[in-house]
Amino acid sequence: MTKSPSLKAYAIGYLIFLYAPIALLPIFAFNDSRIIAFPLSGFTTNWFVEMWGDVQMWNALKNSLTIATTTAILSTTLGIFAARASTRYRFPAKGGIMGLIMLPLVLPEMIVAMSLLVVLLAVGVPLSIFTVILGHTLICTPFAVAILTSAFQSLDQSLEEAAYDLGESPASTFRLIILPLVMPGIISSLLICFTISLDEFIIAYFLAGADTVLSSYIYSQFRFPAKVPAMLALGTVLVLVSVVLLTIAEYFRRRGIAKTGGKDTGGFL
Amino acid sequence: MTDKPTMIEFRDVHKYYGDYHALRGISATIRAGEFFSLLGPSGCGKTTLLRTIAGFEGISSGAVLIDSKDMADVPANKRPTNMVFQSYAIFPHMSVAENVGFGLRRDPRSKADKAKAVEEALEMVGLKGYGTRAAHALSGGQRQRVALARALILKPKVLLLDEPLSALDKKMREHMQVELIKLQRQVGITFVLVTHDQEEALVMSDRIAVMFEGEIAQLADPETLYRRPATRKVADFIGTMNFIPCTVLSESDSGCEVEAKGLGRVHLDPGQCPPLRGGADPVVGLRPETLTLVYPGQTTTERTTPGVIDEVIYFGDMTYYDVYIGGTDIEVRLSMRNVPGRPILEVGAKVDVAWSPTALVLFR
Repeated sequence: MTKSPSLKAYAIGYLIFLYAPIALLPIFAFNDSRIIAFPLSGFTTNWFVEMWGDVQMWNALKNSLTIATTTAILSTTLGIFAARASTRYRFPAKGGIMGLIMLPLVLPEMIVAMSLLVVLLAVGVPLSIFTVILGHTLICTPFAVAILTSAFQSLDQSLEEAAYDLGESPASTFRLIILPLVMPGIISSLLICFTISLDEFIIAYFLAGADTVLSSYIYSQFRFPAKVPAMLALGTVLVLVSVVLLTIAEYFRRRGIAKTGGKDTGGFL
Repeated sequence: MTDKPTMIEFRDVHKYYGDYHALRGISATIRAGEFFSLLGPSGCGKTTLLRTIAGFEGISSGAVLIDSKDMADVPANKRPTNMVFQSYAIFPHMSVAENVGFGLRRDPRSKADKAKAVEEALEMVGLKGYGTRAAHALSGGQRQRVALARALILKPKVLLLDEPLSALDKKMREHMQVELIKLQRQVGITFVLVTHDQEEALVMSDRIAVMFEGEIAQLADPETLYRRPATRKVADFIGTMNFIPCTVLSESDSGCEVEAKGLGRVHLDPGQCPPLRGGADPVVGLRPETLTLVYPGQTTTERTTPGVIDEVIYFGDMTYYDVYIGGTDIEVRLSMRNVPGRPILEVGAKVDVAWSPTALVLFR
């Protein structure tokens, strides 16, 4: 089959659209000018130094990391319970219950954020990073359930029975057999939930109250042109951290597959 | 054989899944050291029955006893049974030795003693030196052996095998059948095998329970099961059987007289007239290998019936003939060994079919 040149052009155009803006991030982060425009005026690391000295940024980063880590752990734990229940047990209204758990996946975040805000204010819960964790866990849990359900589904039930048959208790069977075999799924889930929470803007903006998180902090800094280069420096660091994290996760995923002799089905999603 | 002690006893075992009656009053005993098979088509309850021994399925009423102890309150991890699963259930994240030694985790013996036990178990199944291999890198036959070693290392009173050979190819399956028989004689443990393959059950078992729809239709040794099936359904499930309509003329303690279509009047001994009645029209059953073709120029002391060959099926070592007897109403299948000097006959040839009254079984 001959490849159509227009398809090729489309594919290249698509990739440029997708990645060129990200590639511009480090270019301007190292550019010696407060104005974001070509031509470039020279190399500098000043913006990184400025970013590093930004106390508010560190505070927002600390809050965001706390939120993302807690959300990832909470959502994944809830996801393990739900995935285990949906793949192993039969219970009344299972389809409906699982549907309701997965619904936030397609629910506009705006609605989630607004309704949570109204309820929290009515109940009198002070807005803080704690309320953001609540909202993020709500939207991340469906992702965790989706990832973990497929991990639990690929688990042969007779593996559990075999361990039980060989004298293990249900608890030790879970620890020795089930947990190691669904571990790649758990790591994927933690990673995805962490990333979603870290990125998330609307809920964080609505529910953080006086606390600042990274996404809303960065957005607020773009109002001051002088602060933009430092934010680009921060963005560059974040891109780098993401790449490193994904590489590590992919490494563990492939090692898990090689160890259990499974077939590689592509990305860890 | 008969005076061996009882290992497993089912007392009127019933099992319901909601409205579905999966086991309908199973009562049977399995003897110590016996190779016992549960044979039946899929959905007959044989796997469910096996799982009630292992403790993976509870029962709705009745009792399951192992070594004279009621298992009602004994969970699967405390029962003196181990299982070889249909999928083998080899733990993919462990080495062969870790798999085989898994059951020894709670064993108080020293590490060195356990390693020795693992090595012995591997040697027993013909996998000496495979301990360090990754479990997922093994072939189907090797996985099967690992599953066997893993189950036998705990020296259970009963080894349960759930269709253990169904995933193997024909050659490997036949090979493993013989290996399993040898292994069972060597370890002397009671084996309970679930299979839908009647040939496998006949080859391997001391006794077989044939199950249909949650009930045991017949429990007997392979030869009795094959030669004297208790019901037409059992006869149909095990091997090939020709069924010929007949009428029962008289019945007494010395047997019965029947008039079979194409065969004429025959006297049957009591053993050939099973007491079970299915309510259907009576038929007599004849295995294909109990019928022979009488070649021109040959004589036979058996009774003969004239017939016409309708179909010839060549199998290499055997030839199957479908022959009309008594007009074109009744067709029987018979098998002849292909030996030198015995030509393969053609469709349409007129032949005499020889048969012996002692080979007949009556079903009604």
